[in-house]
Amino acid sequence: MSPYDLLIAPFAEFDFMKRALVGSFALAMGAAPVGVFLMLRRMSLTGDAMAHAILPGAAVGYLVAGLSLPAMTLGGLIAGVTVAVLAGLVARFTALKEDASLAAFYLLSLAVGVMLVSLRGSNVDLLHVLFGTVLALDDATLILLASIASLTLVAMAAIYRPLVLECMDPSFLRSVSSAGTPVHFIFLGLVVLNLVGGFHALGTLLAVGLMMLPAASARLWTQDISVILLISAAMGVVSGYAGLLVSYHLGLPTGPSVISAAGAIYVLSLIFGAEGGFARRFIPIRHLEA
Amino acid sequence: MTLKRYVITSLILAAGLLPDVAQAQEKLSTIASFSILADIVENVGGERVEVRTLVGPGGDAHVYTPTPADAKAVAGAKLLFVNGLGFEGWMERLVEASGSKAQIVTASEGVTPRSMEEEEGHDHEGEKGHDHEAGHGDKGHDHGHEVAEGKAHGHDDAHDHGENDPHAFQSIANGKIYVGNIRDALIAADPAGKAEYEANATAYLAKLDEVDAQIRAAAEKIPATDRKIITSHDAFGYFGEAYGFTFLAPQGVSTDAEASAKDVATLVKQIRKEKVKAVFVENVTDKRLIQQISRESGAEMGGELYSDALSAKDGPAGTYIDLFRHNIKTLSAALTR
Repeated sequence: MSPYDLLIAPFAEFDFMKRALVGSFALAMGAAPVGVFLMLRRMSLTGDAMAHAILPGAAVGYLVAGLSLPAMTLGGLIAGVTVAVLAGLVARFTALKEDASLAAFYLLSLAVGVMLVSLRGSNVDLLHVLFGTVLALDDATLILLASIASLTLVAMAAIYRPLVLECMDPSFLRSVSSAGTPVHFIFLGLVVLNLVGGFHALGTLLAVGLMMLPAASARLWTQDISVILLISAAMGVVSGYAGLLVSYHLGLPTGPSVISAAGAIYVLSLIFGAEGGFARRFIPIRHLEA
Repeated sequence: MTLKRYVITSLILAAGLLPDVAQAQEKLSTIASFSILADIVENVGGERVEVRTLVGPGGDAHVYTPTPADAKAVAGAKLLFVNGLGFEGWMERLVEASGSKAQIVTASEGVTPRSMEEEEGHDHEGEKGHDHEAGHGDKGHDHGHEVAEGKAHGHDDAHDHGENDPHAFQSIANGKIYVGNIRDALIAADPAGKAEYEANATAYLAKLDEVDAQIRAAAEKIPATDRKIITSHDAFGYFGEAYGFTFLAPQGVSTDAEASAKDVATLVKQIRKEKVKAVFVENVTDKRLIQQISRESGAEMGGELYSDALSAKDGPAGTYIDLFRHNIKTLSAALTR
């Protein structure tokens, strides 16, 4: 098999592969930088919790309007934003920390969602619908994914400085500016937005993978935050491409292939990463001596 | 709650579960696992039988989760009709958990199962549906076999379901076997209604024969080489075997396997190579994938086929017979365009 057949032909021959590639690129470029800030703020598991919070909203959207892109997107957004805002408010105005209040609200959201779905009495396999398929992206979904990625990048650029400050030195940020709270909520909004976009392509739970795995991998290569952002987006893009090829050539399910590719990059980074990888720790590189 | 009250309540509850003498005068209480089976039981049982359906219209019996109300109904029923052939994987646990004493009737008893590996019924030479098929010539047969091989390759890893295709009810010849089994089970459970059940079954069998003839007439009008259809889940094997259609599916026989890029690509190539005219969606699975394949390959979207569940009563496929009428109408409309 020539390199062309191996690496390019699947995309040249089939439209659905091109769409899947474009979709996963958009997803990676929006989600990976969001993941980096989640990781830097020690909120890596927040993505997962938010994904659970979105699921019932999307399910309710599906029950109301069928397999409709706007309804499911809107349902997911409403559920996600509600949980994020309530959790944030509770954390800021009560004795509870954000992780505890987030856990409480996403579980509530999940329970209410499951209840609503059962009330409707349909047993069409909702999970099958909610685990979107990256092979079936139509124009509307692609436009949605691309818009979310663009919006995320623009918004991140706008709030970049306070966001970095809040990660590194929140008390300093509080002393010089009152931007901390609005920035925090905008950021949570971006998390929800990217997860909602991701569930159309990968399903909510796998979408978290494309958000967190590249971020964690990139951190193992450098300490410079702007470089981490670039590397993580690039790793997400490579995972999307490699995962699609694996799924095409080996006949494996597509969503899990993409996330497994991101996982493989993570394991490689763990071992060989220049910044705290195993190999570097135990096989010290000789320092330059004068 | 006081102890006395508690004892009384449990006695009342226990009494409700016991077969009550007074109830013998009332309707025979039965359960059918899914909507198609329920419709057949209703037709055979008529006025004497009350049928409760577990997986209702539009539901997917492959992935159904029983509710406590279902378990309660199962516990109280006299007869429990199931399709068998591995269709209701959850049934055994439900019966055990509910502590039901109901007699389980497997409606597909006596049907020659169609194996999943062998797409066309080469093994079943003596089978009922087979002689009818002879008229369509060997051409359709060869095609079917090629297709089966191509598909088997694409699915090797994802596929470890049972060997038998459970969707036997998709051929009317099998449907008639179901009717016979259901009639015999009802008579055994309620001998007093024997004459009525026999009369109902005879009338219903006549109706089924009529529909069978209609389907054959409609199928004859479609050129044999055009009888190739893509559909989202491989539920029409028996239908294809009986009436000379070849069904290709992007997923395996179960609705819960996720398709890989390779499967979809193989299928698109196949559609292009064999010039398949139409792609159909079913009432139970994800339409998005089929839409994508249709867009990719140029085959038309042919409309909705009903496979494992009926539509709502006032929908296009509210009964077992209407399901066949709807499906053959949709198929002919798309393939004779």
